[in-house]
Amino acid sequence: MRYWSLIFALAAAFSVGAFAYAPFSADWWLPNPAGEPRHVVSTFGREIDALFVIILWLTGAVFVGTHAALIWAQFRYADRVDADGKPARPAQYFHGSQRLEVVWTIIPAGILVFLALYQMDTWANIKFRSAAPRTPVLAELTGRQFQWMMKYPGPDGRLNTPDDLFTVNDLHFVKDRTALIHLKSADVIHSFFLPQMRIKQDAVPGMTIPVWFDCDRAGRYELACAELCGWGHYKMRGDVVVHETEREFQEWQAAKLAEQGRSQLATAPGDPGGDEK
Amino acid sequence: MSAEPTVAGVGGPIVAHPDQGEGEHAHPGATNLLTKYVFSTDHKVIGVQFLFSSLVFFAIGGALAMAIRWQLAWPWKPMPILAKWLWSAPALGGQMPPEFYNKLFTMHATIMIFFVVIPILTGAFGNFLIPLMIGARDMAFPKLNMFSYWIMWPGFVLVVWSFFVEGGSAEAGWTSYPPLSTQPRAAPGSLNGQTLWLLALLCAGISSLTGSINYITTIVMLRSPGMKMLRMPMTVWALFITALLQAFALPVLTSALLMQTLDRVAGTNFFSPVAGAVANAPAVVGGGAPLLFQHLFWFYSHPAVYVMILPGMGIASDVISTFSRKPLFGYKPMVVAMAAIAGLGFIVWGHHMFQSGMNPALGATFMLSTMMIALPSAIKVFNWIGTMWGGRIQYTSAMLNAMAFVSMFILGGLSGIFMAATPVDIHIHDTYFIVGHIHYVLFGGSTFAIFAGTYYWFPKIFGRMMNEKLGYVHFALSFLFLNGTFLFMHIVGWHGHMRRIPDPTVYEFLRAPGIVWMNQFMTICAFGLGLTQFLFAGNFFHSLFAGPIAGPNPWKANSLEWTTPSPPPHYNFNTLPQVYHPPYEFSVPGGEDDFLPQTRPLPPNITLDPVMA
Repeated sequence: MRYWSLIFALAAAFSVGAFAYAPFSADWWLPNPAGEPRHVVSTFGREIDALFVIILWLTGAVFVGTHAALIWAQFRYADRVDADGKPARPAQYFHGSQRLEVVWTIIPAGILVFLALYQMDTWANIKFRSAAPRTPVLAELTGRQFQWMMKYPGPDGRLNTPDDLFTVNDLHFVKDRTALIHLKSADVIHSFFLPQMRIKQDAVPGMTIPVWFDCDRAGRYELACAELCGWGHYKMRGDVVVHETEREFQEWQAAKLAEQGRSQLATAPGDPGGDEK
Repeated sequence: MSAEPTVAGVGGPIVAHPDQGEGEHAHPGATNLLTKYVFSTDHKVIGVQFLFSSLVFFAIGGALAMAIRWQLAWPWKPMPILAKWLWSAPALGGQMPPEFYNKLFTMHATIMIFFVVIPILTGAFGNFLIPLMIGARDMAFPKLNMFSYWIMWPGFVLVVWSFFVEGGSAEAGWTSYPPLSTQPRAAPGSLNGQTLWLLALLCAGISSLTGSINYITTIVMLRSPGMKMLRMPMTVWALFITALLQAFALPVLTSALLMQTLDRVAGTNFFSPVAGAVANAPAVVGGGAPLLFQHLFWFYSHPAVYVMILPGMGIASDVISTFSRKPLFGYKPMVVAMAAIAGLGFIVWGHHMFQSGMNPALGATFMLSTMMIALPSAIKVFNWIGTMWGGRIQYTSAMLNAMAFVSMFILGGLSGIFMAATPVDIHIHDTYFIVGHIHYVLFGGSTFAIFAGTYYWFPKIFGRMMNEKLGYVHFALSFLFLNGTFLFMHIVGWHGHMRRIPDPTVYEFLRAPGIVWMNQFMTICAFGLGLTQFLFAGNFFHSLFAGPIAGPNPWKANSLEWTTPSPPPHYNFNTLPQVYHPPYEFSVPGGEDDFLPQTRPLPPNITLDPVMA
């Protein structure tokens, strides 16, 4: 009967094996750019990943330790009977040990307090409003069923002026520049999720929430909605384009603005044949 | 009034408890079929009623899970057989509509939490065991007890009915965050299904609350002579602390549910800053706050997680001690740890709201309190291992499931630390990592505890033994399939797989071959896990009628329920038992047997360490 412990050992080995293999596979590990699975693209991403790895090591060690003890107890202290059918060995009559209780309270408490305090700075840098970068707002983002509406300040650099640029599901910013957005919701709760940049923030109706992030690799990424927002929640997907230079970003913005001007002209009231001009 | 009744001398004739004898509290034995088995006030019958009803809902909730897994592994592929009658939309060619997927996970969680795990652990085990284990003849309020079962029925009916109303069942997730849940046009299920959902939960809540009041009163007032609080079995302690949690936290959920109901049917705006913003409806200023609902909801629903795990801890403690033939390691620290889990449980709800827009400064304090809750949990794990250490472990089906509870709870508890760490939570919040964590705690934990409890007390409840060999097979397959199903959820989760999306392949980073493969592997294991439960059901119902006769104490256990016949007669005990020590006095040196029922005094040469036992 003692071999029942092997099924616990098998499950533990399976768990440890899967978690140990994960960092070696781009598919199994935290999401990074497709071409560069080893490279974390954002400052916060690097901090969060480091904390994640610390916790993974600590919990992994505790998992292995406790499971080793559990499996050994199961194997070593399984009931066995001698030839007469009597127990080969009596169980100990033992109610516990206060010293052990104190030890296995204080050690985990110390580790947990350390973990909690160690995380505080990163948390404050990512979320506290006092840590928000003093840069102009990149855009105002409004989630609504089921798209992300972006409003960029136009060339004048100010929001809510006639030259604002409107896009849908299309977030652009510049490499190595901290992007600051104002997050809103028009209907239900959504959640702004940039997996590769490890950023997530709910968009709540009635609130405007500042979110900031950066990226050190130009390229295309994905924006997801992480909070259930209705039947189309799963396809509330946006494109994120990180431009190599400010100039490139401005070129994109100018082109978009021109396009917007044309389409506004096209639908101007009382001018059904707008493009006949 | 004293909770400690008088006894006419140790070992002498036992005077019946003043509240229990033939006085005002007594109720006559039922005479006809209807009062004996249907509208019964006997706590044992009510416990069995809870058990059977919830097992039926277990099957329904499990079937919903299979459909969820199918869609995730093979998105939009028509599910064989089931598609035809589960979501009959011929226009879609058997494809699952995305809103139906939302209904699936909403109702899966709702049913499993509110109609399976809580009713089995507190309703079934609580009702059946508490009076038997503390030596009482029945609950303090038998009629209220009957009411607590029958008020579940409107809940059961409303939950099933909600699938068939216009718009279908609720689909705002089991958390039911407004405004998605309050605005009628936000989702098809926000028509009538959501209102039925709210009413069903209110019924389940009333059931839990009346049950809790009964458990607390019974445990405080009706313990038999000598049954001091610190001589109660851990299962009773766990149910007692659970009942306190329910009694203090449930009113908050009830108020939140009522406010949401009013938002939906009476035009109030507790939870919406703007009304009618959905689907281009003209917006009206509402003045409510969506975060208010989250605070109220999680103020109950985080403690509810402990409602679902504490009784499991109690059951595991009793089973592990009995089958290790060894006293429970650190009885008092175990009680204190449970009380600490419950106490801390009230100040950690904010960890569900780290990304919600709540003031992030609160996140820092909630992180610390959440981290601290790992501490009493760790104490419990170490004590269970300490109980087995040096014991004589008997591998029964109950013991295997209890050990699986410990093993799964370790993994589920440790993965909780990732979420408690606020910066890491930013990335894994609302991903499958959370789903994996909660299933290790609730399936690996609570459900294995339910299995352990069922294998352990089945002989007492029904007077017959379950088949151990079938029990072994059921355990082994469940254990392996469970790990196969839920382990990879952590990995796809930290890879960024959002929860509650019917089609991950919409996203490029989730189209990775490894993620697709893991989703399919998890689904295959989930189906294995589901099918394995038929073994349990078969064993259960076969043993019910054809199992070997059990006798009063088949496991040679110490607690009071094993001193009565199986199944126990009406009123449980002929004379109220006199209790001399906690129920974990196994392998006492010099004893003729390796167990010592609570009704027999300790040998004169043994004194218990007052700190540990």
